[in-house]
Amino acid sequence: MIPELGHFALLAALAVALVQVIVPVVGVVRARPRWMEVAVSGAQAQLLLIVTAYLCLTWSFITRDWSVAYVAANSHSQLPLMYRISAVWGAHEGSMLLWVLMLAGWGGAVSVFSRRLPRDVLALTLSVLGAISIGFLLFILLTSNPFDRNFPVPTDGRDLNPLLQDPGLVIHPPLLYMGYVGFSVAFAFALAALISGRMDAAWTRWTRPWTTTAWLFLTLGITLGSWWAYNELGWGGWWFWDPVENASFMPWLVGTALIHSLAVTEKRGVLKSWTLLLAILAFSLSLLGTFLVRSGVLVSVHAFATDPARGVFILGFLCTVLGVAFLLYAWRAPSLVNDAEISLISREGLLLLNNVFLIVAAAAVLIGTLYPLVVDAFELGKISVGPPYFNAVFLPLAAPLGVLVGLASVIGWKRGQRGELVRRLRWPLLIAVLTSLAMPWILHRQTQVAAIGGSLLAVWVMVATLEGIWHRLRNRDNRWRGLIQIPRGVWGMSLAHFALGVWILGVTFVSLYSVERDVRLGPGDSVELSGYTYTLIEVQGYAGPNYDADRASVEVSRDGKVVAELSPEKRRYRAQGSVMTEAAVDHTPFRDLYVALAESLEGGDWALRIYYKPMMRLVWLGGVLMALGGILAVSDRRYRLERAEQRSRVHSVEAAA
Amino acid sequence: MTKRQTRMVAVAGLVFGLGVAAALAFTAFRKNMMYFYTPSDLVAHSVPEEAKIRVGGLVVAGTVLRADDLDVHFTLADCEQSVPVRYRGILPDLFREGQGIVATGRMASDGAFVADEVLAKHDENYMPPDLKEALTTADGRHSCAPFKSVTDASPAVAG
Repeated sequence: MIPELGHFALLAALAVALVQVIVPVVGVVRARPRWMEVAVSGAQAQLLLIVTAYLCLTWSFITRDWSVAYVAANSHSQLPLMYRISAVWGAHEGSMLLWVLMLAGWGGAVSVFSRRLPRDVLALTLSVLGAISIGFLLFILLTSNPFDRNFPVPTDGRDLNPLLQDPGLVIHPPLLYMGYVGFSVAFAFALAALISGRMDAAWTRWTRPWTTTAWLFLTLGITLGSWWAYNELGWGGWWFWDPVENASFMPWLVGTALIHSLAVTEKRGVLKSWTLLLAILAFSLSLLGTFLVRSGVLVSVHAFATDPARGVFILGFLCTVLGVAFLLYAWRAPSLVNDAEISLISREGLLLLNNVFLIVAAAAVLIGTLYPLVVDAFELGKISVGPPYFNAVFLPLAAPLGVLVGLASVIGWKRGQRGELVRRLRWPLLIAVLTSLAMPWILHRQTQVAAIGGSLLAVWVMVATLEGIWHRLRNRDNRWRGLIQIPRGVWGMSLAHFALGVWILGVTFVSLYSVERDVRLGPGDSVELSGYTYTLIEVQGYAGPNYDADRASVEVSRDGKVVAELSPEKRRYRAQGSVMTEAAVDHTPFRDLYVALAESLEGGDWALRIYYKPMMRLVWLGGVLMALGGILAVSDRRYRLERAEQRSRVHSVEAAA
Repeated sequence: MTKRQTRMVAVAGLVFGLGVAAALAFTAFRKNMMYFYTPSDLVAHSVPEEAKIRVGGLVVAGTVLRADDLDVHFTLADCEQSVPVRYRGILPDLFREGQGIVATGRMASDGAFVADEVLAKHDENYMPPDLKEALTTADGRHSCAPFKSVTDASPAVAG
């Protein structure tokens, strides 16, 4: 009964979405406010219905309803409750449901928090979101219904993919989807601006907090995904340039460019058509990512041909959405006039450069991701493009971004003074040079050019950002009051930039100074790696809730003192008989000690993989701080002020009535 | 500088930047593109020794030999041909005899394949798609019966 209710809720949501698209548009054309208002109630009704559907599916998982095919395929009677709840998005059908849930959530949020917008803009924005929702609801209902029943009903489920049975995965997809789908709001605003012809800088002001929010979720999602891969895939990598990762990274790059160009357009009234284009591109890449991950083409372009319904549907939808968006853009954008000229030596000039680098980097990732698919599709052979390609192309394109962050944090809008630039940045530069020369030697007694370059960039970004804050305090009598008076938007930006520095530092050290060794150890044997001695004490079997495991205990000591006891595991999940490696990690901010238990060899020996990874935590800390910067930025007073203003306006209107 | 000159400089800079990016991408591509081979391909064509390639095949039962430390030898086969493989390190969780795997590495002068990475997906029924296709004949069936039970299962799509 419950699954049918969920199915019905989805159908109803589709009907509501149709109304949400058509009625407001007609309302705008005929200038009828009542009709436009339908968009708001439509978005909220849709959210309610999709939440209902989502809860129905969750209920089926919690109650172990094996008659639902999707539940039977992705759960098991012994699966713990937490994973039964997260298993909802453990495979295709449920992740698509999560996708529309997020979309409906964003639509609902826009309908609640954007009441201050001109009626027609709000109506058009929500109706664009409704149109996207129609596409995905149709996709779910026609090709991937999670509520399909199973007959005969199996006696037990086939279990959730063991890879996904990890706390990291409980929150990773929702965060990632929040970000991914959140770019739909910027897209909808851009389209509403194009349709209504109100392409002045106003739309950018409305869009900024939404885009930043989406971006911060995407940042957290990617960071968490990296952390999950590090712990759960068992082999100590934190980024693989895997197509699925790239699918989320490309929207992030373009989204980052969008955040910056939105700022330029709002402040200076320039780059208007570029910003519109970026808003369209960011969401296009989100859709492309969904297509890549969900159509099966990544497994093989021919897998696409064997189950064409899904892939063809998303591809068709992708083409429709992009076609409409770019047509609108081509029709309207040429009429845009910028309010000012851009000079290269100015904040907007540098931000434009930043955009160029970000977009080219995104394009390079896109080419590397799609090229093997294209080659395969044309039967030109089977190739794969490995991480070396991405590193070789991405790093040289990303490094100038670090240089630009430092410059842009001190240069003014309109026209910067070269002299001032030099005067203010000579100390940060000196500090960066000295620190970067010293740091690799002090930490690792070994210097490489790349390590100096990386630290130089990292310290430069951090110090120049701090200088930006310091500069705001220069004429204050009371520096503490000055600190408090700095707007949160500026704090957010500075924190995010500082975080970029932290991230660069982490990446530099972990890539250059990691040490990895595969070893064969018997109980009581030890091995030394980077000054730490690892001793295998014993390996014991134990039974988990839905798996059996071998657990090793490894003692790590340094200079005779025990610093950590690690217990890596090898698990065998009973339902599917699949084997999983659970690595064990001991970490401080400056280093990770990582041990993974591999295979059992003859004579009671075990193969183990041991890593020493310096500054690994900084990579994720950088990601988390960036997201915190995003939170600070969206909590800026001016957004709250606008809302308060609008509330008081509504009150006074009501009072007058 | 006049407005026009600034714009020209900006455009020139952009073109230059894109050119550098394209050059970077192109060289990186040429260096890092890896072609996929089956054991039959390896026997039929000679692969230059320095080229990094991927080889897919099935691990022949009874050929996996652990030497000292972490050295391992095994034979990788498709239906017609086989090639000896040398590897040093940890094998993936699902590496076992009869399992389809994909190895990355180079050909050695003695005709053996020296792998520096061995991949087997986290699913017993999983067959690397490249390999699955290579083992499939024109009529859509797998060309060698002994592996049929393994190769007929549909590939699982990971989350």
